[in-house]
Amino acid sequence: MKWIRRKLDQARKPFGPGQKLEKYAPAINAFDTFLFTPNHTTKKGAHVRDVVDLKRTMITVVIALIPALIFGMWNAGAQYLYQERNLGSVTDVPFWEALTEGAILVFPLIAVSYIVGLTIEFIFAIYRGHEVNEGYLVTGLLIPMIFPVDIPLWMLAISVAFAVLIGKEAFGGTGMNILNPALTARAFAFFAYPLYMSGNQIWVHEGSTDSISGETILGSLAEGKEVAYSFSDAFIGFIPGSVSETSTLMILIGAAILILTKVGSWRIILSGFIGAAVMGLIFNAFGSNALMSFDWYMHLVVGGLAFGLVFMATDPVSAAQTFKGKWIYGFLCGFFGVMIRVFNPAYPEGIMLAILLMNVFAPTIDHYVVQANVSKRKKRLAKAKANLQTA
Amino acid sequence: MSKDIRVRKGLDLKLKGEADNAIVDASKSSVYAIKPADFHAVVPKMVLKEGASVKAGEVIFYSKYDEKVKFVSPVSGTLTKILRGAKRRILEVQITPNGSNDVVKHDVVNPSQASAEQVREILLESGCWPFIIQRPYSIVASPEDTPKAIFISAYTTAPLAGDADVILADKKEAFQNGVTALSKIAPVYIGVGKNSPIATVKDATVYKVKGKHPAGNVGVQIHKVLPLNAGERVWTVGFEDVATIGDVFTTGVFSAQRTVALVGTDADKDSRKYYRTILGAQVDSLTGGNVDTENTRIISGDVLTGDKLENGQFINYYHNTLTLIPEGNEYAFMGWLPFTRNKVPSNAGTSLSWLLGGKRKVDTNLNGEERALVVTGEMEDVMPMDIYPMQLIKACMSGDIEKMENLGIYEVAPEDFALVDFTNTSKLEAQEIIRNGLDLMITEVG
Repeated sequence: MKWIRRKLDQARKPFGPGQKLEKYAPAINAFDTFLFTPNHTTKKGAHVRDVVDLKRTMITVVIALIPALIFGMWNAGAQYLYQERNLGSVTDVPFWEALTEGAILVFPLIAVSYIVGLTIEFIFAIYRGHEVNEGYLVTGLLIPMIFPVDIPLWMLAISVAFAVLIGKEAFGGTGMNILNPALTARAFAFFAYPLYMSGNQIWVHEGSTDSISGETILGSLAEGKEVAYSFSDAFIGFIPGSVSETSTLMILIGAAILILTKVGSWRIILSGFIGAAVMGLIFNAFGSNALMSFDWYMHLVVGGLAFGLVFMATDPVSAAQTFKGKWIYGFLCGFFGVMIRVFNPAYPEGIMLAILLMNVFAPTIDHYVVQANVSKRKKRLAKAKANLQTA
Repeated sequence: MSKDIRVRKGLDLKLKGEADNAIVDASKSSVYAIKPADFHAVVPKMVLKEGASVKAGEVIFYSKYDEKVKFVSPVSGTLTKILRGAKRRILEVQITPNGSNDVVKHDVVNPSQASAEQVREILLESGCWPFIIQRPYSIVASPEDTPKAIFISAYTTAPLAGDADVILADKKEAFQNGVTALSKIAPVYIGVGKNSPIATVKDATVYKVKGKHPAGNVGVQIHKVLPLNAGERVWTVGFEDVATIGDVFTTGVFSAQRTVALVGTDADKDSRKYYRTILGAQVDSLTGGNVDTENTRIISGDVLTGDKLENGQFINYYHNTLTLIPEGNEYAFMGWLPFTRNKVPSNAGTSLSWLLGGKRKVDTNLNGEERALVVTGEMEDVMPMDIYPMQLIKACMSGDIEKMENLGIYEVAPEDFALVDFTNTSKLEAQEIIRNGLDLMITEVG
């Protein structure tokens, strides 16, 4: 350890105050603080501090994403191989073959996302003279996980650049953005490259070729076809879809990690699922078409709903910030997610739009929650004044 | 006995290095100092010059904006030095004691028979007035005001802080006299713990407090008992200062006693006791003066709200605690890995600190770097008041006076945000932001 520390201290020298490369200090700091939590001591305020920092929080989210990511890789490989080889089901594909095939498909997406995103982050950190924020560690992994596996890499790169530049840095950087950057990237690609982002052929590798069908459950529902998958298939994730959204089980493992570590808000996750279930039940009560009569519990396990609620809606920056606000915000994310999905078959991925919509409304929700506290205080003041006058 | 207070939100930091409950006499300090900075927003106007001889209780300076508020010498001796800082601001007024016991004598008044006017007069003349802190703003009270109530917290929850129960054990009578005197000005409310020696005090409303820190903060108790509205004033007095006030009435002398607990893992185990000393005592009289400040931090007060001191400097006017803890000036390899470094106390779910239990050794490492505000909900976890901490902090940062007022700035003091300092992931300096917010309110609203 001491050897690494010495080397690092040497490498840092030209970046010190007054030195030639001082401007680029944020870049070296990012590497240094990644290896070592710095020896900074408290200068003012409380003399002792909690061990938690933003790096730890963000890494925890990355850890929570890993089960879904690994399953997603396996599924991407398995969905492709089982159709190509005409096997009976996805589970017939040998595990390692599927995983390797999937990894070859998914790793380039992750690499492009991190390289493009982090480059922009570093440039902005140096330009603005602040430290590199860790938020992109999560965003950079989320983005490839919600894209179709066959997205051309340059489209991914442009979407990432758009999300980081317009979605985040234009608002002032980490902590200031209104929309979730990962969803911004997906929404950008969704509207800019619809052929590659929606439809029935893109969700499995080489899905556009004749031998392979890349249809998702929601896609076939929208066309009025029968759903060929059971609840347990959809829950475990043996279905086509974006890289990592398919396995509700793995997402719930991630949710458990987020909730137990208090990194993700259980209020948002729980109320989100409740909202989706309520909307699903309402539609079931009418049941006037195939989408409407799609069982409410199936809504919870297909498409990106679970992934969106657990990993996107809980982004603390773009979500509601008050406890009460989180209940309302989460509920409406799920509620609108299912509503958009059912009412507008052109957008089967309703949850993306629902969360983006609620991102915009989150400050309004918070405003009314906080306003309740304000009016309570004002009422107390009015009462005190009235008492004073009568006394 | 009014209704009891139970505080559920908050955090008890269980730290190693607490003091023995024995109270002993401290060795005599070779020099004492009154630091105007301890009295926030007070601009001192000197009465005496360097070299003048002073009696104990004699006025050495008064507040420039309110001449009635006088600050007196804790000992008799010579005013040896007026230490000035940038812009000639007075940092310390140092007094070297001459060993004699020349005191300024005031009339002895039975507090139960005094009038409100008389009480105010005695408090101002004797130099006891600076003990009275007003809410809002957490500054020395104005003699022109009449508060809606006077609050005293005799319940200690701050980590390792000098315990009111120990310090007041042999000051019950003086405390009672002080309470009786203060009750002439406004109704007195006292928060006590389970085994408080002063639970049966008269002329006041006593309520029992239990729960986690910051239950002992007087601001939290005010909020729960009699919340403060815009335009109102509430006064607060430190528990030991009430006893000092009581003594002034019965003896006619300002006895500047102060009991200070020496705590923290870097203080010698045998020296961790309660010390009877005098206001403005030099740190060295408790520590021996040879603390290695490269590796040890001297804190006047507790680890959450105290001031950093150097060898040879002086204990804060209001503090009952002197803490010595290690400086955490060391690197931690990949310290951001979740579930590592569990020995550091933590309120976060990404540490297994809560599983380990027991008392901890803490240091002053920041455990990370300052970042943008990202995580939500963690401040609310340690804020027992019905206040939105993050929204209030943001209002203070943007200087939005109306918003600050609406969100309850009048009800808080920096110390109420000490745990926010501690817990927040972004390493935000909440206490400083709130202090700046309060200062803005003083200049804009008054």
